[in-house]
Formats: sequence, C-alpha cells, structure tokens
Amino acid sequence: MQAAAKVDVPAPPPELVRAPLVANQRPLGWISDAVARISEIKTPTWWWLAFGISFTMMLVCFAMIVYLMSTGVGVWGLGHPVMWGWAIVNFVWWIGIGHAGTLISAILFLLRQRWRTAVNRAAEAMTIFAVMCAGIFPVIHIGRIWLAWWLFPIPNANNIWPQFRSPLMWDVFAVSTYFTVSVLFWYMGLIPDLAVYRDRARTRIRKFFYGLFALGWTGSNRHWSNYEKAYLILAGLSTPLVLSVHSIVSLDFAVSQLPGWHTTIFPPYFVAGAIFSGFGMVLTLLIPIRKLCGLEDIITVRHVDLMCKVTLATGSIVGYAYGMEVFIAWYSGNPYERFAFWNRAFGPYWWAYWIMIACNVVLPQLFWFRKVRQNLIWVWVLSVLVNVGMWFERFVIVVTTLAREFLPANWGFYTPTWVDICTYLGTFGLFFTFFLLFMRFLPVIAIAEVKGVTPQADPHHPLGGAREGGHHG
Amino acid sequence: MSQSASKVYGLIAEFDNPAATMRAAERLRDEGFQRWDVFSPYPVHGMDQAMGLKNSKVGWFSFLGGVTGYTTGMLMIWWMNAVDYPIVVGGKPFFSPFSAFPPSYELTILFGAFGTLFGMLFLNRLPRLHHPLLKHRRFALASHDRFFIVIETADPKYQPETTRQLLESLGSTRVEPVEE
Repeated sequence: MQAAAKVDVPAPPPELVRAPLVANQRPLGWISDAVARISEIKTPTWWWLAFGISFTMMLVCFAMIVYLMSTGVGVWGLGHPVMWGWAIVNFVWWIGIGHAGTLISAILFLLRQRWRTAVNRAAEAMTIFAVMCAGIFPVIHIGRIWLAWWLFPIPNANNIWPQFRSPLMWDVFAVSTYFTVSVLFWYMGLIPDLAVYRDRARTRIRKFFYGLFALGWTGSNRHWSNYEKAYLILAGLSTPLVLSVHSIVSLDFAVSQLPGWHTTIFPPYFVAGAIFSGFGMVLTLLIPIRKLCGLEDIITVRHVDLMCKVTLATGSIVGYAYGMEVFIAWYSGNPYERFAFWNRAFGPYWWAYWIMIACNVVLPQLFWFRKVRQNLIWVWVLSVLVNVGMWFERFVIVVTTLAREFLPANWGFYTPTWVDICTYLGTFGLFFTFFLLFMRFLPVIAIAEVKGVTPQADPHHPLGGAREGGHHG
Repeated sequence: MSQSASKVYGLIAEFDNPAATMRAAERLRDEGFQRWDVFSPYPVHGMDQAMGLKNSKVGWFSFLGGVTGYTTGMLMIWWMNAVDYPIVVGGKPFFSPFSAFPPSYELTILFGAFGTLFGMLFLNRLPRLHHPLLKHRRFALASHDRFFIVIETADPKYQPETTRQLLESLGSTRVEPVEE
C-alpha cells in the first residue's frame, strides 16, 4: 500500500492550541484508577457528613408530605386566587435543572463536543434525581392525593378516561417519558463502566453486583459497534425529548388565558431557561466534586470554561425573552397585558422580580470575562445565583400572575407556610442523598468515553501508535 | 498441564496501542477470518472498517419501537376520548390529531428508546454473564488500558500453528490460548 504524499502542515500558533481534554497526558489506565478510586477507598468523612445531613432533610420532606396528606392542602399557603404556589414553582424548577443533563448527554453528543465526556455521567445522574424531586410536586399538590391515579390512562371511578387535550395530561406522559428515557440512556452509558468496576472488584459482593449490571460486557468491537449506534439513536431521541418536555411544562401555563401566561414565547423561553439553570446546577455540583475526588485532570478548567459559555448563552436568551415579553406587552396595547408586566416589576412582588433580573440577566454577563470563567470560586458563586434567579423566575411567573389577574375583586397575596418551605428544602435532601450514593458506588465520570477522547486512544495519532505517513503500511 | 482435555476456545493476542491493534485487525480481515473479535476499553475510531463490519441493525429496532409508540398514542387517545367515553371539551371535536400529538410524540420517543436499548442488547446477545474470556487471567485489562484480538478455534480458517504465528507477527506483546 502506498503511503500518502507527506504534506507539511505548520503547527498552529500557541494561542490557538486547545488545552487537552485530559490534563497532564494521563495514560488510559490512570483514568480508570482515578475514577474508580472514589468507590474503592474508605468512605471519607465529608461524605458521611453530607450524607447524614441529606438523609435527615429527606426524612423531613417525607414527614411534610405525610402531614400534608393527613391534614389537607390548607397546611400550605395556597388559597384563592393563588392556587399554584411554591409546589408548582418547585416542580418547574427541578425539571428545568434536569434538562442540562440531557443536553450535555444528547445534544452535545450530536454536536460532537468531545469535552462533554468528563461531565455527562454526573449530569445525567443529576437529571434523574432532579426529575424524581420534581415528580413529587404534581402528585402532592392536587389536594386529594389518593386520586392521583386518575392522571394515568386508566378508567377512573366513574369509568371516565382522562382528557387528553390538557397539557396537565401531556405532562404525565412527558415527565414519565423523560424520566424513563434518562434512566435508559444513563444505564446504557454505565454498562462499559460497570464492566470496569467488575474487572477491578476485590470483594465477592462487588464482583457480583457490578458483574450482574454490566451484563457480561467484554469490550468486543462487534458489541461496541451496536452500542455506538444505539447511543447515537438515543441521543437523537433524547434531543427532541428534552425540547418537548419543558415546552409541554410551559404549556401548562401558556394555554390558560391569564395575562403574563398566555404567550407563545413560553416554550422556547422555558427550554432556554431550563438549560440555563441546569448548567448552573452542574457547575455547582462538579466544582466541589472535582476537588474532593481528585478529578481535576479530567474535569479541567477548560471544561468549566466551556460550561460557563453555555450558561452565558442560555442566560442571554432568557434575558432577551424577558425583554421581548415586556416589549410585546406594551406593543400589544392590551391593558391587562401591560399591567401584568408593570405589576411584576413594581407590584407587591417587585423584590422577586429584581432578584430574578439581577441573577439571570446581569450577573451571568460576567462570564464574558475569561478571568471570571477561569476563577472557580467566582464560577461556583455565580452558578448558585443562577439557580436562585431561576427559582425566582418561576415564582414571578406563577405567583404574580395569579395574584393580580383580570378582576381586582380577585386579587390576593400569597405567603408560603413553614410546610411549603420545609418540603422544598427536604427535596434537596432527597436529591443529595441519591447523588451521594451515586458518587460512592457508581462511576462519576464516563470512563470509557473519556478514554476515547484522549490522544492515546486515537489510532491515527502518534500517541496511539500511529506511524509516520498514516496508519496503513 | 491439566489432566482433563480442556477445550481451547481460541487464541488471544494482546496489544498496547490502538494503531497496532487496528493494523492487525485489517490483516485478519483480509485473511478472511470469520469468528474473531477485537476487544478494547473504548470504541476505537475506524475499527469497524478495519474489521470489515457492516452497519449496525439497531436502527430497525428503534424504528419499530417508535412506530409502535406513535400508533399506540394516537389509537389510545382516539378510543378513550372519542369512542369509549366521548368528552366534550370547549365544543371542540372529540378527536383532534393536533391535541393528540404531544402524548403520542412522547410515546414514540419512549418506545423508540426501549427498542434501541433492548435491540442493542439483543443484537449483542447480552446479558451473557459467563464467557470463556471473562475467566481468562489477563482479560480484565481489556476494560483498563489494553487491546486484545481473539480468534476462535471454531473459525474455519483456524490452524493451531499458523494462526498463532500470524498473531505473533502482527505486533502483539503476547499470544496465549483461551480455555473454554
């Protein structure tokens, strides 16, 4: 076989050379060792502390739910006219957070962003646990929780089927599908990494369980071929899924007639906002984890930098949406629409609106500056504020609209009760309990995928053994 | 050597970089071997062509799942809201393909995802918890940082001596038999 004629390609100038995805030229084996170490060492004290706190908070959440079910929805602050309060705000907030996981896994995969491999496993786990937290709220907020089975496509007590024209019904399908497909995608990604854990297992119990769930994965290339195709297809299915789920959630509001809700901007605006808050949460989780677990060479500063850029982009879309809503409200000439937006900024909940603007529109603009993006403490603080801002966005959308609708006789004011607050804080307990268990027992980083994006893994790269003039001959 | 005649499953050759593995795979493909495989800790780019593999069939399972999902959704909604217990909502027709679309779309994705995952497992004949290779002493490195090529003795072109010599000449670091 003839080697191709050698072409002299000049090396790129230093400022264009990208930082490598795995720093310090770590060999393939080091990646398995670094990630698996987290489950192999003796459980660190910080883990026990965090787990203890989270578990307690989770129990508080369950206690609050039992109190709610046994006493009635009056233990919350809901009442006429604000029939949807913290519960629905929390539902939309948690689902929104979940969207970043699917974006990183699916959409960034389709866009061939190889840096996603360091963060996708943790982000997908975050999605699953966030959707679990989110799913609690629609069930418990309905008042007669024991009738929640009416939401499913089975005949109810009077042999009536659910009504499928309602987005509340679409939500059942959207959120269930989202949860299930996220779990399937996450599990499929785990199979090769569980094989890594199986092959390293020292105790019989570990070998048994990791072996069971690894399904006998051998790393056969015939298997990888089908696996890669399946991964691509799942990514292709998950992309329209994530776009549709939050669109359907936004339609819960948009199909109503209330000014401030009844607007076609909601689906894209909510999806952008979801991705924005999700990336905030990914950053909030991974910046401490990379330090605590010694993963700085895999989740590098470059990864954080890239995630900040996505956060900036989606935050700017959200800011643009805020501006468009206000402009269209004014341009429409509709007095109710105009009032709805004036009320958000200057009415009884003006403080919530301005926190939202500060955290979602103003502060993320700091990510234009490289010094900010690469200073991990700043990034962490801003990522927390992003989620605070997004919570207030949902609060502003839900509560201010309901508190000041068409008839002044219908106006009211909503305050959450301690039960509302404790239920919400308790869901953090649920989230972190599961996340900590995930960190302890499962690979936090997609080991096989990270190996695949290193230069040592590339058969056409000198580090992967390629000889001069191409790999043929 | 053990007393009982332990059958040999195949020969396993170990490599320590992906390029050598791929060159070896191309050679074996050109030699016409059928029952052989490459094992790597991650999917090596270009290995499918090097092995002469055809396109994966997983897509058909996904497509079947998706079509089933969409049809199920539409039929279910039509039957529930327009036939079995018609519900009047705002004076609108009993069934509308537009309002029935979102749940059907979600079911398309759900069933498509099931088809994809279970199709992939089916095509890979997984789960298969017992395999001669999983018992082989160095095979655990296949998930760590080494690459292996295995030629089964069941292959029509397998010859005990010549195949071993071929594997040794392809740049492997060691060649060993795998017991059944």
